[in-house]
Amino acid sequence: MGVDGIGARVKRKEDRRFITGKGKYTDDMTVPGMGYAAFVRSPHAHAKVKSIDASAALDMPGVEAVLTGDQLVGDGVGNLICGWMIHSKDGTPMKMGAWRALEPEIVRFVGQAVAVVVADTLAQARDAAEAVVVDYEELPAVVDAVAAMEPGAPQLHPEAENNLIYDWEIGDEAAVNAAFDSARHVTSMEISNNRLVPNAMEPRAALADYDEAEEHYTLWTTSQNPHVARLVLSAFYNIAPEHKLRVIAPDVGGGFGSKIYIYPEEMVCLWASKRTGRPVKWVADRTEAFLTDAHGRDHKSHAEIALDENNKITALRVKTVANLGAYMSLFSSSVPTYLYATLLSGQYDIPAIHCNVKTVYTNTTPVDAYRGAGRPEATFLVERIMETTAREIGMDPAEFRRKNFITEFPHQTPVIMCYDSGDYNASLDAAMKAADYANFGARKAEAASRGKLRGIGMSCYIEACGIAPSQAVGSLGAGVGLWESAEVRVNPVGTIEVLTGSHSHGQGHETTFAQLVADRFGVGTDTVQIVHGDTDKVQFGMGTYGSRSGAVGMSAIVKALDKVEAKAKKLAAHLMEASEGDIVVEGGEFKVAGTDKSTPFFQLALAAYTAHNMPEGMEPGLKEGAFYDPTNFTFPAGTYICEVEIDPDTGKTEVVNFVAADDFGKIINPMIVEGQVHGGLTQGIGQALLENAAYDESGQLVTASYMDYCMPRADDVPSFNLMTTETLCPGNPLGMKGCGEAGAIGSPPAVINAITDAIGNNDLEMPATPERVWRALAAARPAQAAE
Amino acid sequence: MATVTITVNGKKRSATVEDRTLLVSFLRENAGLTGTHVGCDTSQCGACVVHVDGKAVKACTMLAAQADGSEVVTIEGLAQSGELHPVQAAFHEHHGLQCGFCTPGMIMAATDMINRYGAKLDEATIRRELDGNICRCTGYHNIVKAIKAAADAMAGTAQAAE
Repeated sequence: MGVDGIGARVKRKEDRRFITGKGKYTDDMTVPGMGYAAFVRSPHAHAKVKSIDASAALDMPGVEAVLTGDQLVGDGVGNLICGWMIHSKDGTPMKMGAWRALEPEIVRFVGQAVAVVVADTLAQARDAAEAVVVDYEELPAVVDAVAAMEPGAPQLHPEAENNLIYDWEIGDEAAVNAAFDSARHVTSMEISNNRLVPNAMEPRAALADYDEAEEHYTLWTTSQNPHVARLVLSAFYNIAPEHKLRVIAPDVGGGFGSKIYIYPEEMVCLWASKRTGRPVKWVADRTEAFLTDAHGRDHKSHAEIALDENNKITALRVKTVANLGAYMSLFSSSVPTYLYATLLSGQYDIPAIHCNVKTVYTNTTPVDAYRGAGRPEATFLVERIMETTAREIGMDPAEFRRKNFITEFPHQTPVIMCYDSGDYNASLDAAMKAADYANFGARKAEAASRGKLRGIGMSCYIEACGIAPSQAVGSLGAGVGLWESAEVRVNPVGTIEVLTGSHSHGQGHETTFAQLVADRFGVGTDTVQIVHGDTDKVQFGMGTYGSRSGAVGMSAIVKALDKVEAKAKKLAAHLMEASEGDIVVEGGEFKVAGTDKSTPFFQLALAAYTAHNMPEGMEPGLKEGAFYDPTNFTFPAGTYICEVEIDPDTGKTEVVNFVAADDFGKIINPMIVEGQVHGGLTQGIGQALLENAAYDESGQLVTASYMDYCMPRADDVPSFNLMTTETLCPGNPLGMKGCGEAGAIGSPPAVINAITDAIGNNDLEMPATPERVWRALAAARPAQAAE
Repeated sequence: MATVTITVNGKKRSATVEDRTLLVSFLRENAGLTGTHVGCDTSQCGACVVHVDGKAVKACTMLAAQADGSEVVTIEGLAQSGELHPVQAAFHEHHGLQCGFCTPGMIMAATDMINRYGAKLDEATIRRELDGNICRCTGYHNIVKAIKAAADAMAGTAQAAE
């Protein structure tokens, strides 16, 4: 390994532009003649649109156009789609209600757009949007998923009786029932997973420019996957054929899932640019982000676990109701099914699992994948019921988990997944040691002497990343293949460009991907440029989500590097009159092993392009591409231990120590991986303690700004204690598992297990606000006093 | 309409703007300095922090007209002759940024914090002082480390100069 190679803590190449204010985000782009879009949005959660009167708005200064849903539908712009087909257990397909980018008839959530104003300035557009008069007839609304299924509940879509989208199941129900019939102990509990708003710091934005002469569109947008955006905009929304549509995702300020989807606003900007004959820019304000970015989580579950006389788990039975909001967002259907129920085995050897999932429409913002996507919900359920069971049977929670760990690999779970590698005892041991688990009692007593309640909780999570083998996901209903592509372009002067279909929006690809090249050829990362985020430059790509850029995106780069290396070695052998098998690459040079003959990398590159002296039949140039389709999911896993101190007078929780022991397989840049974990942990702690998307009964999102939605601040979290244990993933060339989501997946149950340990009351929902903790504590006290 | 003249990063910038124009819009649109970002509408996120007459100010919460005649320093004006400011260098060294969107505001707030506290800055103070700056990527861990390192480095430099 060179200084910049695999495993090195290389400082980020991309930092300089961000720390000097030279990053280029979508809102930083301008095009001559550009107009600004402002959307007219429904203030009602459910209403008929009776009429839209734009006459006053059209008379206002600078206003170019006011466009509505009737015009959009009239122009043949397609409805938004959900790209993953799920069938109910009775075999019927999921019930997809029509979702138009501007709604002409019935609005179904607060913030849904009914019209757009285009004007010379943003202020003029916003003023005019206020002046558009929409006559609504309010309809009754429903926001809770369980209530939405009840008879007499307001109905959202004619296709979906009782608002039910699908009623899906996985696992062997009869085997599970039999195991429960003969169980020695059963623990059952209700488990909620609170609704969250992703809140990437850069709000979504779009700048669309239609060139009439070329009939060509350019769209700059905040996307995690510009090629998927182009594909969907082209194939389903009828905006333009793919070769007439260029999508550029420049610097993107965070995504966390929310920038996977193709939303109404980007489509409308493209359409409006053609309609008005000028470039159109839109940037969400923060409240628009709260109202229209796809939300995350929102599950209500009933879970039961069965044990035999040796405290070994014999079965898990789960019934979940998932709220998908008013419409089916792009990958929404896959989240509470194949990204959730397939992980319900956790790190444990559970012979039988059955899960039933009902997904439901409500008059709320659509819900889709948010950092972790299904896996946090699974982990929270499994790790809460594991902890609760251990307490009920009077066994140390660590020992109970250890007793049920999977220890042999590969391990086929009863819910599709085949875990390929792992060492769950190793991460549990590492975390317990780092957390000084053995001496917790002394710390608890010390805290008690100060009038504080101290608790400790753990979470042994597993997740599935590297999504995913195309054939496998295709058989499960995915509308796309989930491979990745890469191209390695060696320039005649020996510098290297790597074109990748992955997209970096904070993950540091420009550095880690360059490390792969540095490692391979012994060149400095400063001679490597990573190119991404532009459909005109990169041939195709599936983008970045599901912690896939390492395990899938980098595997594609490795394949392309293999091809470049093979050709370069052949050429080197020819030039140095040696056998191809004797060529080795070291320190930026091609050498003939056992001799002093060598050719520097840049000379070899030049020789490939001058082509004056090539082996027989070899084409000039040095550029190779590859597509990589994974053979399996990857399975990062680990143990998180959280220690909290609670002030019993206020109910305020302080996280006093947080240990994370992760197995991510091979790590390319530990500094960047640690950063991913820090961020994930903070989002998970945010879910556990602070964050909640709260609707009132009428369907108003009452937490639609940073005044009301509690984002984690610096003083809400501690400095973290991180470590890794390593088992390599056998399924990809680098042995990588993925690290982007683990922190957010594993941390919430550790926090809640710690708090419930401290207060002696297991009945506590997220977020565990001071009020909730104080009330739970008060509820536990009479019982404790009576003991 | 108001004619506003603001010295931005040492250079006088004049424009006639609507009265309601915010300082952040003036900087981004009139001065063409897009390093100052807008992440919310309620003065919570701090992506827009700049220095006005030597003090950290949220540029989304001040009218351009209020800054008339002021000296403003933005993220673009922090590095001198291509040399990174110690806070910028520390954010790079300690991986104190990921997507980079909150970073300009973080660095400007951190610089102001160090100006006020100097070497006395400890972790608890840094975390409390960052109340007005939200980051969704880093979990603050490395931002706190970077600010502490910059404070120490700047105190060392100040001492050496004495």
